[in-house]
Amino acid sequence: MRRIIQSHATEFALLAVIAVISFVLSVATNTFFTVGNAFDLLNSSAVNIIFAVGLLVVLIAGGIDISFAVAASVVQYVTAILLGWMGGGGWLSGLLIAGGAGVLLGAFNAFLIHKFRIISIVATIATFNIYFGLLMFFTRGVSIYNLPDWLTDRVILYEREMADGSWIEITLPVLVMVICVIATWIFITRTTTGRQLYAFGDNPEGARRFGINIGAMQFIAFGWLGLMAGIGGLIQAHYAQEVVPNALYGRELDVLAAVVLGGARLGGGRGSVLGCVLGVLLISITQNGLNLAGVSPFAFKMIIGAIILVAITLSNTRLERLLPFMRQQGSRG
Amino acid sequence: MTELAKSSQAPLLSLRNINMTFGGIRALKDVSFEVMPGEVHCLAGENGSGKSTLIKIVTGVYRPEPGAAIEYDGQTYSHMSPVTAQAAGIQVIWQDLALFPEMSVAENIAFQTVLGRWPRVISYSRMHEIAVKALARLGVSLDVDRPLKDYQIAQRQIVAIARALIGDAKLIFMDEPTASLTQSETDHLMDIVRTLSASGVAVVFVSHRLAEVLEISDRLTVLRDGALVGVYPAAGMTQSRITELMTGRTFEYDVRSREVSANPVVLEVEKLSRPGLFEDISFTLRGGETLGITGLLGSGRTELALSLFGMLKPRSGTIRLEGKPVRFSSNRAAIAAGIAYLSEDRLSLGLIQPQSIADNLVIASLDRVTSGGFLSDDRKRALVAQWIADLGIRIGRQDDAISTLSGGNQQRVAIAKWLATNPKLLILDAPTVGVDVGARAGIFEIIAKLADSGLAIILISDEVPEVYFHADRVLHMAEGRIVNRFTPRDCTLADIEAAVYA
Repeated sequence: MRRIIQSHATEFALLAVIAVISFVLSVATNTFFTVGNAFDLLNSSAVNIIFAVGLLVVLIAGGIDISFAVAASVVQYVTAILLGWMGGGGWLSGLLIAGGAGVLLGAFNAFLIHKFRIISIVATIATFNIYFGLLMFFTRGVSIYNLPDWLTDRVILYEREMADGSWIEITLPVLVMVICVIATWIFITRTTTGRQLYAFGDNPEGARRFGINIGAMQFIAFGWLGLMAGIGGLIQAHYAQEVVPNALYGRELDVLAAVVLGGARLGGGRGSVLGCVLGVLLISITQNGLNLAGVSPFAFKMIIGAIILVAITLSNTRLERLLPFMRQQGSRG
Repeated sequence: MTELAKSSQAPLLSLRNINMTFGGIRALKDVSFEVMPGEVHCLAGENGSGKSTLIKIVTGVYRPEPGAAIEYDGQTYSHMSPVTAQAAGIQVIWQDLALFPEMSVAENIAFQTVLGRWPRVISYSRMHEIAVKALARLGVSLDVDRPLKDYQIAQRQIVAIARALIGDAKLIFMDEPTASLTQSETDHLMDIVRTLSASGVAVVFVSHRLAEVLEISDRLTVLRDGALVGVYPAAGMTQSRITELMTGRTFEYDVRSREVSANPVVLEVEKLSRPGLFEDISFTLRGGETLGITGLLGSGRTELALSLFGMLKPRSGTIRLEGKPVRFSSNRAAIAAGIAYLSEDRLSLGLIQPQSIADNLVIASLDRVTSGGFLSDDRKRALVAQWIADLGIRIGRQDDAISTLSGGNQQRVAIAKWLATNPKLLILDAPTVGVDVGARAGIFEIIAKLADSGLAIILISDEVPEVYFHADRVLHMAEGRIVNRFTPRDCTLADIEAAVYA
């Protein structure tokens, strides 16, 4: 048990923080600690979790991506337009188009990074501006409201009234999110390619000496994020029942913060799907709780910023650094 | 394996007519090299002698010029490629190990199982099994499920060796394997090499530190300036003879130890303690004196040095610098008081590799190169030029990156960096790690010159001969205490070695 806690320190720390915050909120408000609210949270966090597991893969491979959220907006427009030409389509064609378009946009990032040796943060800041500029230029900032019915109709997979009177429902976004989470988990922990990504992020030169194809690693990582961004974009359009060009603008930083909060390391080689999911949930829970407690929305960002700082300081500061004497003992070895 | 058995066998690896040119410079001239099956072979030479180029040819990183003949395990190749070399059982353990610190030991060892172009499902239990078996073959047991970063360098090296064995290695090159190991860790490594050799795996050492390697090697190939000097049986070979072959010069050190009790006291340490790290440390150090501190890694010598340098606070005891008690709140305070500390890990802590020679040299003394509050380029250049001349550092231009210099010259820049702060006390922690034999002599000349000019010097080294020949007095530390005090002019090298390695 001790060992599991040691090897998953970040995840346990996040769980503890979530528990503390939930406790405080359940005392402070009488609506937070209801089953219904928990399911609301899950439904509303689904898109961010899909983005987050995609971004996790890029971070593990030692990269970073600023452009995925606006790329998801581009995917929404492309998908909406293509579906219009096709005369409607359905979930399967929608997901295929959105996923495919996302992969292409991700691959463009990988191409810039690998071919021209541009570091990922610079390359994706550039594509962030290109994607968003193109989107605003071609749409003139106009939103799309006449989406196909299948896309805007809520799909409720399970619903039930609980004993406490709250209403719970599991919607399609949650199902898609769960599939994306499981797929990413299997990909990065159970396949050779996933482990190569970890190795590449951990020690790129070491990976290269083993003959790991560095270019392929970039395309796979950014392609996976593109896929998740595409799927997430479609699900967000479904959830919001409209496509607004700047709806996802700024989302990249929220998701990045959540993933880093979940223990992924900027620089590569470290990060887990569980930590990533907990990171997103921690931020959503705090936001939701503050909302229910009647705190001004303007204070949200400030409080969330503070939580991120505290959590990251705690998780990055090794316990030994807080106890200098222990560290010295250790280094004598 | 006996000499007789070996001589009757065909060589495992045989290289003939190896030539290699980089940008007009002949890196290898008509070199031949031979390794017998199961042999322990030492490839010796100074930096730039062509050792690494030769390894890179054998492992397929470089292609030799036409005319080369490579014979390995009964097959002839015109050149190797990394894939054919690995498939044929040739493995290299690079000095930087090329491991993955965030991944588990098991995954590092069984990393080959995750290679391949197309995704497959991996099996952690199989990796675990492979890793445990590979470690068992080396007679080592580690918790293979822990991340590699939890382990020290010596264990990481064992992990790298275990990984090399997975590929059914017949020939393992070890690049500077003992550079960052202590004596007992080196001994353990040598045991492992014996085990490998006995099981028929040939091991080629590439090393600067030859004493320990010589002991278990069968033969020795010496390179100098890209040319073969010769192949010698290791039996009967002495370290000074190898040094002579490698450099073409002879280095005979005399014991330098002098009587300096007339000089003023610079540093007085009294009953300095930090429980768990060092205890009850007392000594005095005079101007112009070189005090050697030796002892195995973990004896507390580096921790003692760090506390003199203000980076580790002692729990009790006093430090007096020129008679005044001092208590440093940080190493900035120690530098201001006139203490300079050249760290053990020069490459990662002492120098900023991508920056220029000049910038590295002035980093600790920026306040001396300002004019009107701003950095003055002229003053900087003048200061740098002075130190480069004083220490005889061989450089191209001041603006070249420090990484363009050889290990010995880098070390001189690191020393100059601290001398530019005008210290009263210079602490040198393992100053010759990773430095050529020839360049070492240069560093000790500098140390002697500095001592003659009145600087108080503490020389920390785990190589006993270094402190024996170059220090005036020697403290031997073990488990955080001073256990012996020697004066080299009144004792023999063997006396100190016997005490340290007891």
